[in-house]
Amino acid sequence: MSHDIADATATDTRPAARAHTLQATPSVIAVQGLTKRYASGFEALKRIDLDIQRGEIFALLGPNGAGKTTLISIICGLVNASDGQVRVNGHDIVTDYRAAREQIGLVPQELTSDAFATVWNTVSFSRGLFGKRADSAHIERVLRSLSLWDKRRNKMITLSGGMKRRVLIAKALAHEPQILFLDEPTAGVDVELRRDMWDVVRQLRDQGVTVILTTHYIEEAEEMADRIGVINDGEIVLVEEKAALMRQLGRKRLRLDLQTPLAAIPETLAHYPLSLADDGNVLVYTYAASADEYSTPASISALLNDIEAAGVHFKDLHTEQSSLEEIFVNLVRKDA
Amino acid sequence: MNLRAVGTIYHFELARAWRTLLQSLVSPVISTSLYFVVFGAAIGSRIQEVEGVSYGAFIVPGLIMLMLLTQSVSNASFGIFFPKFTGTIYEVLSAPVSYLEIVLGYVGAAATKSLILGLIILVTASFFVPLRIDHPFWMLLFLALTALTFSLLGFIIGIWAEGFEKLQLVPLLIITPLTFLGGSFYSIDMLPSVWQTVTLFNPVVYLVSGFRWSFYGISDVSVGASLLMILVFLSLCLALVGWIFKTGYNIKP
Repeated sequence: MSHDIADATATDTRPAARAHTLQATPSVIAVQGLTKRYASGFEALKRIDLDIQRGEIFALLGPNGAGKTTLISIICGLVNASDGQVRVNGHDIVTDYRAAREQIGLVPQELTSDAFATVWNTVSFSRGLFGKRADSAHIERVLRSLSLWDKRRNKMITLSGGMKRRVLIAKALAHEPQILFLDEPTAGVDVELRRDMWDVVRQLRDQGVTVILTTHYIEEAEEMADRIGVINDGEIVLVEEKAALMRQLGRKRLRLDLQTPLAAIPETLAHYPLSLADDGNVLVYTYAASADEYSTPASISALLNDIEAAGVHFKDLHTEQSSLEEIFVNLVRKDA
Repeated sequence: MNLRAVGTIYHFELARAWRTLLQSLVSPVISTSLYFVVFGAAIGSRIQEVEGVSYGAFIVPGLIMLMLLTQSVSNASFGIFFPKFTGTIYEVLSAPVSYLEIVLGYVGAAATKSLILGLIILVTASFFVPLRIDHPFWMLLFLALTALTFSLLGFIIGIWAEGFEKLQLVPLLIITPLTFLGGSFYSIDMLPSVWQTVTLFNPVVYLVSGFRWSFYGISDVSVGASLLMILVFLSLCLALVGWIFKTGYNIKP
């Protein structure tokens, strides 16, 4: 995928927007008390409060049916809210919908397309729909940046799923949005294309575009996001910087592969949080990842000395950190 | 007003008609020609003149109306049903366009298509029968108002329909019978008096009658009543479309 996606988005306001990010910024999207109740009585969203900061990549993580798409759909104007308010750069999405929507590009989850339109026409259509003057140079940049230039005369029906996904991104970028919503952008996409998508998203962020993506792939959030929001059963369970989240909730484990298996942990090591695994072949030491800057190195070296002194010998050691996936599963389970 | 968006939808829809030229234009022209051959030439030759107009010429306004109504409804209903069905409607709903602009784009394109079609059929008819148009301005006005009104009706049907069956249902069960019983092929004077009264509840009678008057100066009901009727129907459709967008019925949950 090429590198000039930077040029494919609005450039005039971006440097200022980016500089702004570094200071304390007003949120680019402010959601307050947002509720969606369907006629059946089902509450898809329950008084959601959420602030998205300018220029960040925000991952909205949650199991299927948690309310991710409903939340996005309300912000983008596809679904009416039952209660609450959303402001996009200060513009209310209902009373000032034109100003709000002009700034937003949406890449939907479903691969929907007008089967018989060409790539060029469908992307140009998107730009016109947002009231922007035709600009073939811009459309060309967008198509090139997504490796679609060679396909511009192809009808949508002839494209593969991955290519269609790219066209949907191109359509969302056609009107130079400042905020991009990606609803499950890599669902059903192969590994290579997924990496490409991630690159595209990072380039957009570097240009000052705020990116909100929903996903149920933990790997995606872990790889991409600056901040992560976890939504479950229509409620925001947690919003946190990814790094802080990993630090706060992540556990680290030191695993020692023993030369001879142990039946029990020696008395002299009883004060360490140790456990045995793999029929006594592995000694596991669990500690908080957040403590590693101060206490852990000292305690690990003390532990290793004490292990040596206890006459326990190991042939290998490695550490592992709990992934976002574990954190996520724990959160959702706790919530349920 | 986001006129660029209106123009974008309008042109995209017309381009779709161009891509499907065969269904959009050629097939209605062929079926109308068949009507002329069967009703105009074969059967019409054995029918006396109707109110001083040869039967072949008498049915021209009714035939144009028949095509105008069915094509307006099917064009407009399909135009909005298709993006709803495929899901591409998301883009229109998330764009900075008002409901009025959405309607102008889709209904405007559908009405344009059927208007062009009506004129093509008129030209086709002139090859089969001698035509005269006494009131060309009124003829065009009736044509335009009918195309607009029934495109709005089609738009409503397209939003209401959740599947292809429903999309066909209203045209098949309501529009076509009303049109056939609306005096396209006869003057309502030819009906028994009871049926003449019943017929007056059929809105299509007023359209055909007014339209035929603009050709030959003869009508079943007064021209004012025809115009009033179409304006009432237009207002009804506008009110319904307004309600649809206000409530998000079947388009925005």
